[in-house]
This record gives sequence, C-alpha cells and structure tokens, in this order.
Amino acid sequence: MIHAMRLRLARYVITCFGLLAASAGAGVLPEDRADVLYFRYDGGGVVISGPSMLVRKSIGEHVSVQANYYIDMVSSASIDVETSASPYDDERTQYSLSADFLHGKSTYSIGYVNSDESDYTAKTLYAGVSHDMFGDLTTISFAYKTGQNEVFRNIKIDGVKQNDPAFADEMETQSFSVALSQIITKNMIVSGQYEVITDEGFLRSPYRSVRFFVDQVAGTQGQQSEIYPNTRSSNAASVRAKYFLPWRAAIDSMYRFYTDTWGVVGQTAELGYVHPLDKPIWGGNWIFEGRVRYYSQDAADFYQDIFPRANYANFMARDKELATYSAVTVGAGATYEFKIERFPWLSKAQINLRYDFMTVNYDDFRDARQSIGSYGIPPPPELVRPAGQEDLYTLEANIFQLYISAFF
Amino acid sequence: MRTRNLLVICALAFCAAGCSSIEPWVAPYDRENLADPIMAGRAAVSQDFLDHVFESREGSRGATGGAGGGCGCN
Repeated sequence: MIHAMRLRLARYVITCFGLLAASAGAGVLPEDRADVLYFRYDGGGVVISGPSMLVRKSIGEHVSVQANYYIDMVSSASIDVETSASPYDDERTQYSLSADFLHGKSTYSIGYVNSDESDYTAKTLYAGVSHDMFGDLTTISFAYKTGQNEVFRNIKIDGVKQNDPAFADEMETQSFSVALSQIITKNMIVSGQYEVITDEGFLRSPYRSVRFFVDQVAGTQGQQSEIYPNTRSSNAASVRAKYFLPWRAAIDSMYRFYTDTWGVVGQTAELGYVHPLDKPIWGGNWIFEGRVRYYSQDAADFYQDIFPRANYANFMARDKELATYSAVTVGAGATYEFKIERFPWLSKAQINLRYDFMTVNYDDFRDARQSIGSYGIPPPPELVRPAGQEDLYTLEANIFQLYISAFF
Repeated sequence: MRTRNLLVICALAFCAAGCSSIEPWVAPYDRENLADPIMAGRAAVSQDFLDHVFESREGSRGATGGAGGGCGCN
C-alpha cells in the first residue's frame, strides 16, 4: 500500500514538475548568507544544547546551494526516564545539503538530510518546485519528502552503553505538501499550506512503558512496554498572514489545524510583532521581536495515563506527547545589524539573541514519580500518592538562542 | 478517478501559470514594504531549531513552513 502511494505521489510530482517547467519568466533565488547558532533547551529534566551552522551560496545566476551542520547534545533525566530507566547523555549529529535551481519563474529544489544518534539514524530525501505567477503576486509550491529510519535500543553491557544486539527495527516516512502564497495588498501577504505525512514501521519508543492497575482499590500498579500501530497518517493545514504596519513594523499570525489516524487533534495559533528602531545605536540598527504561541491537543485514541489492567487493549501508549494538554510559549528577540567597513564584501552582519519560555499543562498525564519514585527509589512516605491519584504533570522550559548572521 | 483528479489539478496549475499577462493589482514598484527585511521572518537556522523543539514536544507535525518561494518582491 505504501509502495503504491509512493508511486502515485511520485507520478503527481513528476507531472507537476513537467507542466510548471513549461512556463517562463523570472524568479528570485535566496540571498547568500552564513549563520552560526548556539542553542540551549532546558525543561522537564532534559537539557539539549549545541551549535548549528548554515551556509547558503549562489553559483552563477540560476543555482543556489545550502549546507547545514547541526549537533544536539542531550542530557536527559525526563519524567519518563526517572520512572523507568537511568539518566543518559547522547549526541545527535545532523547534516543537510540542498540546491535550488531557478528556471524562469520556477524554482526547483532538492535536498538530503542525514541524522545520526547512537540509537536512531534517519536519512531523508526531498524535492520540490515553486512557481511565481499572476505578475508574481502568487507563488504555488509542491514538495515531496521520503525518509528511511533505523531504530535501535541502547543497553549497558558490562557497564558500557551499546546497541542491544537483540533489537533493531525500521520506520519509513513520506510527506507531500502543497502551499500557496498570495500578495493581497502592498502591505499584506497571506499563505496557506497543506501537508500529508504517512509513517510505517516501528513508531513507538523502545524504552517507554505504560502503566496499569494491579489492584485499583489498593492503588498498586505495574508497567509493560507500549504497543503502537505500525502506521500513522496525518493531515495538517495552516494559514499565515503578514502585515506591514504604517509606522514601519510588522505583525504576523498563524493558525494550524492537525488531525491524524491515531485520533490526535491539535490546534496551533501564533502571533508575532517585529519593531525596528528608527535611529541607529552603537553604529548599527536594532530590531526587536515579540511572539506568543498557543497549542492545544486532544489525546490519541489509545493513550491512557494508567490502564485498567495489563494487556488491556491492542494498542497502549503513555507518551505525554500523545496526551491531552495545552501549551503556551512566549518569546522575545533582539537583532543588532551592522556593517564592517574593512570587509566591503560583507553587505551586513547581525547578532541575534532570542529567548522563549514554554509552559505545558497536561490534562491526563500524571506525575507518576509520586507513586513509582525515581530511578527505582520510592518516594518519601509523606509524598506517596496511590497510582492514578498523583498530581497532573506540568512542564516548563527555557529556550535560548544566540546566533550570528553574515550576508554577502 | 484519483489519477483524473490529479491531472485536473495539475492542468489548472498550468493554466494559471499561463495567465501571467494578468495585470498585477500590486505593481512591482509598490512592493517595497513587502520586501522590507522586517517582513522576512526568522532566520532558517533559528526557525528550524524551534520547529524541532515544538515537534518534539507536540503530537502535531507538518505544515510549519512558509509557502516557499517568497513573495516575488526580491
């Protein structure tokens, strides 16, 4: 079935490539730039930090290439890890290469992404086309992506972390998206996007467990591995609008609706405001940004915080990302933009600082540390709660970014 | 049936591409505000990282990118 779907999608993309390539005109390639980012995410017992470097460069007038190198250094003592495993450190390395080819009013894009960590590898290929039309007021885009993933499980043998020789599995993912961007007035642009993603293979975590009542009256519990379906198909549609305000500032908004075959329904809304200062300070221009993002989600059909008994259903999950919850992220950023006289080949440079604060309030994911304990150590007697009666879990995260951008 | 629908969609896209002689209601020289850098959005290196954070924390995924191709206003 997936194979047939892939053939249909490939045929669709190829057909549209061929039709749109027949058009002629003039498009625009992205500008040449280089970015170096340092990021840090700290929340829910998980710290992820690392650098990301991106370079984009034109080759002639019709080709632009981009390379990105990204490292996640993960130190995890999340609530899942506390209740069923040991804290761990890991590192994920990702690189990507892509190229854009401009032909008339059409831009063709291809790319490859490789991601490696000790227990997961992912290889993704994508291709897309975008086309300007109606006097360049409208841009329509199509993209197709396919990914091959290998899943392993780390265990300790003689105190050394290594892949479990008894476990290895695979997952394949495909995505197709279509997008439309439209200039409405000389101050307003709107866009919409629709994306279908299908996954097939091993879709759960090889580490996470669900919990179930052994004796509901006594509040005792047991744990077993999660059981997931082998397929997942999702539909996501989003609309965005950007408006240039009369006092040289910009406001933007976004809404996304999401649904999938697991029963997850999610809604995202975002509002942002960008305000540049009128006068230079310290020889450069300043741009400030504020942003708020709201997300809410209904749980997957087979999610429960605690199941009535062992092997209760064909599919059983306790991933808090599949629970019912809402989240608010508030962010602010500042950009200092300047030129360096001794580097005339550098059109401008920027130093960017961003901070986001995320809070997540779960409606049906409880803090099982109050009944199970942490890393095998039971909770203090005065804090013990019966299974299923623990406090609802909340997560707060600090997200920090510092990056330097150079434009050529 | 599905193949016919796809062909109709692609044919419409093709016809639309051939309609570039339509007079744009926002002329190229009127797109200065849309081309202002403050309308460009966050740098890809930063946005990709944030998208990764949200995708890791949320059950939803997809349709996070812009329309692509920009606004044609250089």
